[in-house]
Amino acid sequence: MSQTLLVTSSPHLRANSSSRRIMLDVILALLPALGAAAYFFGLPVLLPVLVTILGALVGEYVMRVLVLKRDNRLGDLSAIVTGILLGMNLPPSIPLPLAFLGGAIATAFVKELFGGLGMNFMNPAMGARVFLFLAWPSMMTAWTPTVDGVAGATPLAILKGTEAAGQTLPDLMHLFVGDRAGCLGETSVLALLIGAAYLVVRRVIKLDVPLIYIGTVGLITWVFGDKNALFAGNFPVHLLSGGLILGAFFMATDYATQPVSRMGKVIYALGLGLVTAVIRLYTNYPEGVSFAVILMNCLVPMIDRYTVPKAFGAISEGAKRA
Amino acid sequence: MFRMSLFRGGAHVPHRKTTADNPTVVMPPPAKVIIPLLQHIGVICEPTVQKGDPVKVGQIIGDSTKAMSAPVHSSVSGTVTSVDFQLWAGGVQVMTVEIQTDGLQTPLETLEPPRFSNKAEFLAAVRASGLVGLGGAGFPAHIKLSPPPGAKIDTLVINAAECEPYITSDYREILENSWNVLNGIQLVMKQLEISKCIIGIEDNKPDAIAELKKICGQAPGVTVMPLPTRYPQGAEKMLIWATTKRAVPAGKLPSDVNVIVMNVASVSFLAEFVKTGMPLVKKKVTVAGPCVANPQNVEVRIGTPLKDVFEFAGGLSREPRKVIMGGPMMGVAQHSLETAVVKHTNALLAFGPEEGELPEPTACIRCGRCTVACPMALLPLELNRAALRNNVDDLNKYGVNACIECGSCSFVCPSKIHLVQAIRLGKTQVRTAAARAAAQAQAKAAEGAAK
Repeated sequence: MSQTLLVTSSPHLRANSSSRRIMLDVILALLPALGAAAYFFGLPVLLPVLVTILGALVGEYVMRVLVLKRDNRLGDLSAIVTGILLGMNLPPSIPLPLAFLGGAIATAFVKELFGGLGMNFMNPAMGARVFLFLAWPSMMTAWTPTVDGVAGATPLAILKGTEAAGQTLPDLMHLFVGDRAGCLGETSVLALLIGAAYLVVRRVIKLDVPLIYIGTVGLITWVFGDKNALFAGNFPVHLLSGGLILGAFFMATDYATQPVSRMGKVIYALGLGLVTAVIRLYTNYPEGVSFAVILMNCLVPMIDRYTVPKAFGAISEGAKRA
Repeated sequence: MFRMSLFRGGAHVPHRKTTADNPTVVMPPPAKVIIPLLQHIGVICEPTVQKGDPVKVGQIIGDSTKAMSAPVHSSVSGTVTSVDFQLWAGGVQVMTVEIQTDGLQTPLETLEPPRFSNKAEFLAAVRASGLVGLGGAGFPAHIKLSPPPGAKIDTLVINAAECEPYITSDYREILENSWNVLNGIQLVMKQLEISKCIIGIEDNKPDAIAELKKICGQAPGVTVMPLPTRYPQGAEKMLIWATTKRAVPAGKLPSDVNVIVMNVASVSFLAEFVKTGMPLVKKKVTVAGPCVANPQNVEVRIGTPLKDVFEFAGGLSREPRKVIMGGPMMGVAQHSLETAVVKHTNALLAFGPEEGELPEPTACIRCGRCTVACPMALLPLELNRAALRNNVDDLNKYGVNACIECGSCSFVCPSKIHLVQAIRLGKTQVRTAAARAAAQAQAKAAEGAAK
């Protein structure tokens, strides 16, 4: 008879799921968009993505294992997710050393220095993108249109009028399918939605945050999008352009950097929509998704603090006083 | 449509009710029984027998003068061989009576069906029966049936949910003793003057629902209510919500919302006790798990050593790595097969290394699945964090004491974090901090008085 029976605290059952599997699901969900980008721009555009993945892996290993002397957790696949997301947010013409640097900064500084997976207060890919954007603005805004290889303006830039020298907006169908200028992850809305649908089916993400975020952007750009009249903004272009779809389904849903409670998530998503729309409509930047994500990331601890849900059967403060 | 009978959160746990179709087999008394004198929530009993004493079936071997207690009876006839402290699960030393069985099973001559003509006499009889909540918690039944004077109990809720995986002992009780279930319900309704009874049962047990509807459904005031199959449907607060739409306020009891909850096996036992006068000396136990050769329901004498029960169920086909008393979600892992079946044991599970060893936890990714699963609407990830830092303020802020330890959060966590374990630690930290504060206040007061 066994001398050593294992004694542990209940429960003694665990669901068949893992954090690694969730990360793998996110990677799988991003593949259609990568495939669409390769289809429209050609295979070489995937090179920067591979480099950002490499940068993210190296950055995590160096910071976590060599500098901080912690255990190697590359196997949880989160660095690869960060690398892909960052790569999809860079222009395909980005110099490869910058792409590598971006990936390394994302995992080493934005993630590992703050405690690693789940402890970072800011989305690593977005943090690194904004860093690159501020440090090398010209490299970060050179866009490749699909058809003739002539550098062009993104649809949002055209809409804004900043770089609109005679260029016309692509029609909505093109925006949806994806053959237009932009980052890899900004191109095919269709492919992104296929990936998002997969994540919803796999129960990795819920639709509340993305839909509220997109809805808020749509509403504000519709009401205030035209300088001359209310309710005349070209909101379909706003919804289908830029990083909104990628941001809404793949960045705003980032577990570590969104509020925990349901009410908190609603506030967070509304804030994302508001900030994105305000940046797009009223600032010098044509695009606001990464800034919105980072700004709202910083507000998450505060949102969490004020949205602790009431326990089942708990008496509300108001009722207590009454 | 929003299903009102579904509580918030919870988890879809596997059913694994492999023993559902096996009729209960009665196990003969073992050579020796080991009976702890604490088989209930409350005050431990004092032994009323000594080493060498002859005892008979149903004889009291431990009792207490305290209200929050229930007497313990011998489940066999034979000779007391030891009255001493023994180690039980949870790492506690409990005064325990060991009895060598004589094989005759001679019942105590003075046992007779209890007679009662009012509520006080009924409650005294319930106490004398030794009944504790058989759903697993072991709350003394006579206390449960004595709500505070102000409470106007209008509903008796019968817990037949049996939401834990593997366990089918309540299910078999319903199929095999449905008349006892009805008689027990009517007894409690009559004695406590409760007009309404709702039997809550998960809808994955159509046979039991049909049986209950046939036997109990016709009785005045009794309703059989099938409930969605979702863990922890059988948790008291969830069951009350599902059956009556009443939310028990935090820190309060079911009687605060005019409800008494009893397990289906408890009422069934009461009916049997009133007929025969034989106190609680045996228990229906689901013996299952991948290491058990012939999983089945066994009616065992209380105090039967675990190894004897497993042997009776065909033996252990593999060396077990973990043995659980109760279900896999809330049951208690046993350190030895030398411990024994107690009053509220409803299952014995033997797990091999694959099922028994838990995966290594990885970093919390804040996915929030634990918060969705928590039926009490808590934030287990925050409680975990607070407990690991011994942060009593945060533990209180996030409502650590509201946790019912159902295990849903740990079950769904993709990072396999031991959330419930951390929360238990957190409860201890809160208690310790409160005790320390009280001691300091007392010391200060004494100092002040001395001056």
